[in-house]
Amino acid sequence: MTRRYVVRRLLQLGPTAAAILLVGFLLIHLAPGDPVLALAGENGDAEYYAFVREKFGLDEPLPTQLATYAGNVLRGDLGTSYVLGRPVSDVIAERLPATLLLTGTALVFSTVAGVAIGVFSATRRRRWPDVTVTLATLAMYSAPVFLLGQLAILLLALRAGWFPVQGMTDARSSATGLSHVLDVGHHLVLPALALAAQEVAAVSRLSRVGLLDELRRDHIRTARAKGVPERTVVLSHALRRALLPVVTVLGGRTGQLVAGAVVVEVVFGWPGIGRLLVTAMQARDAPVVLGVFLLVAVTVVVANLLTDLLYAWLDPRVRYR
Amino acid sequence: MSATAELAGAQPAATPVGRRPRLLVRSLRTPGGAVGAGLSLLLVAAGLLAPLLAPTDPFAVDGPPLTAPSGAYPFGTDALGRDLLSGVIYGARTSLIVAASVAAMVIVIGTTVGLWAGYFGGWVDDALMRITELFQVLPRFFMALVVIAFFGPGLDRLVLLLGVTSWPLLARVIRVEVLALRHREFVEAARVHGASRTRILLREILPNALPPGIALLGLVVAQVILIEASLGFLGLGDPNVTSWGTLASEAQRFLRVAWWLSLFPGLAILLAVLGLNLLGDAVTDALTGRR
Repeated sequence: MTRRYVVRRLLQLGPTAAAILLVGFLLIHLAPGDPVLALAGENGDAEYYAFVREKFGLDEPLPTQLATYAGNVLRGDLGTSYVLGRPVSDVIAERLPATLLLTGTALVFSTVAGVAIGVFSATRRRRWPDVTVTLATLAMYSAPVFLLGQLAILLLALRAGWFPVQGMTDARSSATGLSHVLDVGHHLVLPALALAAQEVAAVSRLSRVGLLDELRRDHIRTARAKGVPERTVVLSHALRRALLPVVTVLGGRTGQLVAGAVVVEVVFGWPGIGRLLVTAMQARDAPVVLGVFLLVAVTVVVANLLTDLLYAWLDPRVRYR
Repeated sequence: MSATAELAGAQPAATPVGRRPRLLVRSLRTPGGAVGAGLSLLLVAAGLLAPLLAPTDPFAVDGPPLTAPSGAYPFGTDALGRDLLSGVIYGARTSLIVAASVAAMVIVIGTTVGLWAGYFGGWVDDALMRITELFQVLPRFFMALVVIAFFGPGLDRLVLLLGVTSWPLLARVIRVEVLALRHREFVEAARVHGASRTRILLREILPNALPPGIALLGLVVAQVILIEASLGFLGLGDPNVTSWGTLASEAQRFLRVAWWLSLFPGLAILLAVLGLNLLGDAVTDALTGRR
């Protein structure tokens, strides 16, 4: 890969990260009320307020404060949750694995299932399976994630009883090893499906259109004329290039999934950073809210960067733009 | 969504202005376009005429609590005995207000940035596109969450935030159109005639560059409605108005006893978003000559 392209993209990371930090900083200071109260809560004593004032340099001019704030964040110090009385970074680290498991599963599942549905649809173009699938994915694409989650709970958990309603593990079991993995897996099915639904729809629509465009090309006609089996034509000749658009949206989809995860975690009582964020907001725990925001924002930016680099690696034309 | 939109925008769809009325007819003639237009109209009508259409005030305690859907209460009632049908109709009004205000902001910002970047080119283009990329990766949903966390719930700040962060796609599509248009014969002709730069931009280029942007707007607004609903669901909606997301969030507590509380607000969102997506797709398809 051209080194210049990589360097250029990496350099763009700086301003973006700075903008995100600035947003966080400005929010503390623009919000109504004394920033000390936002950062330290309403119930602290004078000594603690003085400590927070000192730490964030709240008596200094604004630019100095911004520098202090940026310095703290860069050192991984996101402040202290005044509701939980612990460092924000610890609280987040504790909740992060659950969210990674949920969004990771949804990302992998939606990519695989989406491409599979796209291929199914494109190879039956305009016939009733294609029309049915296209309509179904469109509805899935438009459905709010909480509706899908609530319907899944109503039909598959409460009525059919196939899946647990809430949580990540069975509270009564202290299982370890394989049975623990199975327990978590059982709890994971519904939240991951609800979260993945919209992305399954997006990916399938994208790969369907990509494949249809590709199947119209000359090299496909040549391959067919040479007597290459249709299966090979579709799966190895056409699909390869048809998947490029699917790669370009990986970064954006990560952002969508993390946002959706907040809602899904609330619907299913999943103990991840999304639910942490919502409870922190209800408790007006500003350091936690900001910490989660910074983490998510940086993750989304990095995911977009990685996507662009991956795309440039796959399609050399991008590098010479 | 962004991906399909970008794909459609990749090939400039500029056609001379004279064909626009036919374009609308063509896009409405497809089944998708017709259904999309119908659903979108339904959203607008329900939003505008809510006081006439709703049987009661959405906050009025009207009947027994948690009544299943029946003749008297077609969508059932909530835990306080409020009529859900009225809630859903008034919810359309909230969605419409948010969608229309955000759309207006997106058109103004996106068009301005796209026109400037495409027409002036060079460093102006570079700078504006870097800014556009920056805004494009900002996580809108989380910024909305944080703003509401610090400033309290309210439609005004929500609209402001979503408007300021939702324009990049539109700007990029308009820019591509302008790039394709700026050296076309009719633009050169206007320039030779001594037309001012403002006149060329607003009278010659803008009318031709706008349609693909407007088609995209349907998709952008659909996402905005979903974001507003999600925030409402998380209990961050404006407490002074009824919104579909807020209604669905109340449903969460009564899921086991009152399925209708979840189903009807959710379906309302689904239909509104589906309508806007279908309409946007149909117009885009008609523009790019697909199908």
